[in-house]
Amino acid sequence: MDNLEIKGQRLVALSMLGCLVFNYPILELFNRPGTILGIPVLYAFIFVAWGLLIALMALVVETKSRSGR
Amino acid sequence: MLQGWVIIVVSFAYLGLLFAIAYYADQRADAGRSVIASPYVYSLSLGVYATAWTFYGSVGRAASDGVGFLPIYIGPTLMIALWWVVMRKIIRICKQNRITSLADFIASRYGKSALIGGLVTVIAVVGIVPYISLQLKAVSNSFTIVLQYPEIVMPAKVGAVPFLHDTALGVALILAAFAIAFGTRHLDAAEHHQGMVAAIAFESLVKLLAFLAVGIFVTFGLYNGFGDVFARAEASSRLRTMLTPLDAVAGSYASWAWLTILSMLAIMFLPRQFQVAVIENVDEDHLNKAIWLFPLYMLAINIFVLPLAFGGLLHFPAGSVDADTFVLTLPMAERQELLALLVFIGGLSAATGMVIVETIALSTMVCNDLVMPVLLRLRVLRLNQRRDLTGLLLGIRRGAIVLVLLLGYLYFRIAGEAYALVSIGLISFAAVAQFAPVVLGGIFWRGGTRRGALAGLAAGFLVWFYTLMLPAFARSDWLPIGFLEHGPFGLALLNPQQLFGLARLDHITHAMIWSMIANIGAYVGVSLSTAQSAEEHRQASLFVDVFKRSGEAGGARFWRGTASAPELFDLLARFLGPASAQAVFQDYARGKGVQWPGDDLLADAEFVHYVETQLAGAIGASSARIMVASVVKEEALTIEEVRQIVDEASQVVAYSHQLEQKSRELEAATTELRAANERLQELDRLKDDFVSTVSHELRTPLTSIRSFSEILREDPEMDLTQRKKFLDIITKETERLTRLINTILDLSKLESGTTEWHETSIDMKDVIESTMTATSQLFKEKNVRLEAKLPERVPRLVADFDRVTQVIFNLLSNAVKFCEAGKGRVEVALAEDNGFLRVDVSDNGPGISPKDQKVIFDKFRQAGDALTDKPRGTGLGLHISFHIVEHYGGRIWVTSRPGKRTTFSFTLPLAREPAPVNAT
Repeated sequence: MDNLEIKGQRLVALSMLGCLVFNYPILELFNRPGTILGIPVLYAFIFVAWGLLIALMALVVETKSRSGR
Repeated sequence: MLQGWVIIVVSFAYLGLLFAIAYYADQRADAGRSVIASPYVYSLSLGVYATAWTFYGSVGRAASDGVGFLPIYIGPTLMIALWWVVMRKIIRICKQNRITSLADFIASRYGKSALIGGLVTVIAVVGIVPYISLQLKAVSNSFTIVLQYPEIVMPAKVGAVPFLHDTALGVALILAAFAIAFGTRHLDAAEHHQGMVAAIAFESLVKLLAFLAVGIFVTFGLYNGFGDVFARAEASSRLRTMLTPLDAVAGSYASWAWLTILSMLAIMFLPRQFQVAVIENVDEDHLNKAIWLFPLYMLAINIFVLPLAFGGLLHFPAGSVDADTFVLTLPMAERQELLALLVFIGGLSAATGMVIVETIALSTMVCNDLVMPVLLRLRVLRLNQRRDLTGLLLGIRRGAIVLVLLLGYLYFRIAGEAYALVSIGLISFAAVAQFAPVVLGGIFWRGGTRRGALAGLAAGFLVWFYTLMLPAFARSDWLPIGFLEHGPFGLALLNPQQLFGLARLDHITHAMIWSMIANIGAYVGVSLSTAQSAEEHRQASLFVDVFKRSGEAGGARFWRGTASAPELFDLLARFLGPASAQAVFQDYARGKGVQWPGDDLLADAEFVHYVETQLAGAIGASSARIMVASVVKEEALTIEEVRQIVDEASQVVAYSHQLEQKSRELEAATTELRAANERLQELDRLKDDFVSTVSHELRTPLTSIRSFSEILREDPEMDLTQRKKFLDIITKETERLTRLINTILDLSKLESGTTEWHETSIDMKDVIESTMTATSQLFKEKNVRLEAKLPERVPRLVADFDRVTQVIFNLLSNAVKFCEAGKGRVEVALAEDNGFLRVDVSDNGPGISPKDQKVIFDKFRQAGDALTDKPRGTGLGLHISFHIVEHYGGRIWVTSRPGKRTTFSFTLPLAREPAPVNAT
């Protein structure tokens, strides 16, 4: 019960983090000319951040409940 | 090899493969070995989100908007993270109430209202038809384009096709056949379509592989990787602007944010998503894997969109080829026939997957929430008297599937050319977003009422229709275009795309803002100003508190009346067929430990509720309610009674929480008491030990005094030297006795806190030196060396000179006592240590075992075995020292290992307010 709740809360927090990262003003920080490894900064940022977010979600979901208690 | 017949054969082979997979999965399911009972299949089936719109349209949108296509795929990632909280609840509610569609869900929540179910169905059908037409358009277009190979000609320029050669119609009919075969094979109260889900999961794999294949070909075959594509785009003056500024390319940040929100809602409320995510879910735990696998799928299918878009723009002269077709035309232009064929199949799989699931979901809604409630109310049809209605139900669903597909086809023929793929899809997204307030509000807020939900849905739908659908009609020349430019009747304020003068927004953002304001406003406003009926109140409580109740019996508490089992059986048999009804009854009877048919089945509240729930699975909640009510005599509950039952239930929950709390507290108290009791017993034992040790210690000198006195009394002739020796012993023993008694008195004062402390400023160095002088005789007697390591100067501290002397004296006399005569060496060290003065007294005696170290500062404790070792002191010295040091806020401890040096250390704080006299 408590583990389920903690998992839910962690996922909600990740969702909110995602809303923050993929919005103004964070996006604006990367909305400029230039490239990273040949890829425009904004595109590179979005895909990398997206991948990281998914990785974090996998981590939260797949971690066996050794958490909190 | 891209002749027409090859393409047609391959397409049919592919559809045949789908049929085979679905058939196999259905067979497996009937044999009880489900293939969809896997989180991976579940995650893949969610991929039905990616339709032809994703497959072809993303590249099209990217070619004009850059990153503007991404919110549609990032939104679901953000939403699915919330699924653990939201979707798990919805799935649980649907399982408990046998809900089989989104319309049923909303209708059930708001008092099993047939009106709401109907309204939701209408919104869903009207909203989704353009979306289905989009899929047909994509398949038809891609087919037409492939047919022109090796030329690359846009479908618009191909000219009119004769009716019989109309691909879209053919596709629509084949898909209808598929949906009918696997979506309406039989009536099942659980409404799982295992064959369909297996086929959809397979289609998700096919479209992903096809898209990745063309993406890799273009990125790494036509160009030298991502960097190369972007570098060339940078070099082209036409494309350079698309590479950076988000606001200039993807529209404003507001569009970006609203698209994200829109897709977050779409992933939950599109009928097909609701179907695969909720209705077809066989295990809540599958959510775990889906929460990260599905976003990963979205990420994978989007990685090559931008390279494809730029590749297409660079490859074809501006305006010659529609960007929506780049995925297909790039391999064709490069003469990659196999790849082009694979892409065509990928697009076909994306379109068919969507159409199949969407039509099945919509047909369930149309049948259960639109047609059946009407038919059951029409008394002329005498449906109540018909023996078997399963055929009718299946017929309605099949008809609905064909109807929806034909509507989609019609829309495609009439209006499909006016818009790009993405725009049509977004209109549908905005339509289903209207369900969000009533669903999300419904599962978390008890207060939403039937009228509120009706008002919210209706208001949202009307605004959506006015701001998105009418302009779409106007563009298709169904309405005068002036309607868009100047508003209806020339009223600029009512311009559907700039409502009340809200300009400078794209159409979708504009429509979402107004429709959500209308929807949420009406839902909340009307809910707050209308009252719930008994039925609504009970349903609200069942939905909101789904995790607080256990089992399906939750709703049974609200029913009162009489019914008979055979009548209920007849009812169920009419809708499910006798065989299914028999199975349902036997299942229930087994749970109750009785036989059916045979034993009397008690038709109590729980049973009636069970039958109603099963029936709801087949014909929807509101119809099931009507049908069950027609065969049982029930007493209507008043709103007060329902409220009371709900309150009682929540009170019981509250009580049980309190009880649990109390019992936990009690347990804690018991543990504490047990510990206290153990401590008391220990103290009692210590007291006994103390008394016996004291008596022993007192008796030894007393015995010796008495015996020597007796000798003196009985032998008057004793010579003087002998007499003097005896008297010396008596005096010594008396002194020892006095000392012992003084120590005990001292200790009891210390322990009771009545000791007088004479505080003065003392120099620790002096104290140590004077104590060493006082004990030097002891050391000399035993021939033990005493050394001191004292610093030049140490800060003075405020303490009782005599007490501190007593501590050092105890430690020194202890040390000398335990040293071996002749070889012993005792060392005294003094140091300033972090605000404290620290004194170490170490000796090279036998050492103290760890077990003894723990208790050595207790009363009458001595290292070693009390039985075999001769006691070498009262055992009170260290205990008293402990009290004295503790009084000054210092610490005393011992470090020792048997056989090594033993060091007793204590610290006294330097900066200390003088302790009040007689303080404890």
